[in-house]
Amino acid sequence: MSKFKKKKGGELPAISTASLPDIVFMLLFFFMVATVMRDSTLMVKNQLPAANQIQKLDKKDRVMYIYAGEPSSRYTDKYGTQARIQLNDKFATVSEVAAFVLAERASKRQELQNVLTTSLKVDGDTKMGLITDIKQELRKVNALKINYTTRVGDYSQNID
Amino acid sequence: MAKRSAPEVNAGSMADIAFLLLIFFLVTTTIETDSGINRKLPPIEDVEDPPIIKQKNIFTVVVNKNNQLLVEEELTDISDLRALAIEFLDNGGGEGEDACDFCQGKRDPKSSDNPDKAIISLKNDRETSYKVYIAVQNELVAAYNDLRDREYMRLFPNEASSFVEANKKFSDPRTSPEEKERLSPKLDEVKLMFPQKLSEAEPSKTN
Repeated sequence: MSKFKKKKGGELPAISTASLPDIVFMLLFFFMVATVMRDSTLMVKNQLPAANQIQKLDKKDRVMYIYAGEPSSRYTDKYGTQARIQLNDKFATVSEVAAFVLAERASKRQELQNVLTTSLKVDGDTKMGLITDIKQELRKVNALKINYTTRVGDYSQNID
Repeated sequence: MAKRSAPEVNAGSMADIAFLLLIFFLVTTTIETDSGINRKLPPIEDVEDPPIIKQKNIFTVVVNKNNQLLVEEELTDISDLRALAIEFLDNGGGEGEDACDFCQGKRDPKSSDNPDKAIISLKNDRETSYKVYIAVQNELVAAYNDLRDREYMRLFPNEASSFVEANKKFSDPRTSPEEKERLSPKLDEVKLMFPQKLSEAEPSKTN
């Protein structure tokens, strides 16, 4: 009756970690597919407001991004807490927006130059004065298609 | 020489390598938000003589510096904005050639003639918060979308989709060109019934 042999000792068998690489690779592929490379470091606070009547942005090569908001905590010593515009990797003033748009436009292919959209990624706590100024600058260089980039959510999240 | 079986490769460090790669991707990438409210800015050239618009065809929305909402000069809660905008756009108070045969509103002669004439005028202060501005924009776009949905479903019941869904399908690059061709006139027809006439006031220099 050796079928019911008593187990020797109380040692736990080692847990097999053979499938661990598979799990990690799965996570890795998920992140590779779902995310994009960051092309500029954000230097401003960028808590986007929420909206639900939204449309998807165009393909990435037809979009240029303008960020605005309060400088993030490590820049406040140098730049203060007044909301600012960020173009590419540096802070900019309102008057530089037009030049930026023209430079971006010139860097795109000919057939895309007329279909460019400007995506405004503006922090929710920014005052409209700055945004109005940006919009005026965009109108001056005829970049009329804009997109207020937002999170997906109900409008009531914006009111506190 | 006797044939020896190849020794097994130790795969114990595979997990470490994969973790390293995973952490690298976690750090260098972001999940991009790539949707928002599309708007078209008006061209900058001055209109010589602006067309005369009857006061009753304008729906004024003002957001002041304390983020309070004034609709037609009355303090309003933002949750009521959508309903008020729909009521205004869908009023159809016009007569004769201005009559609107598909409107389902109250036909109040003191409100808009028809959706084509109705203009929503949005004005904000320089001190208005962007969040609130987006909330207002969202509700106004929602009013248009609600009405367009209604008409789209009434005109094209076999489509079994709303205007917003159809529009999304139309702008999706994966949709086949034939499908786009089929959807395009239908979308245009509904867009023409409720054109999005959302005007934003020129920034005044004084405030």
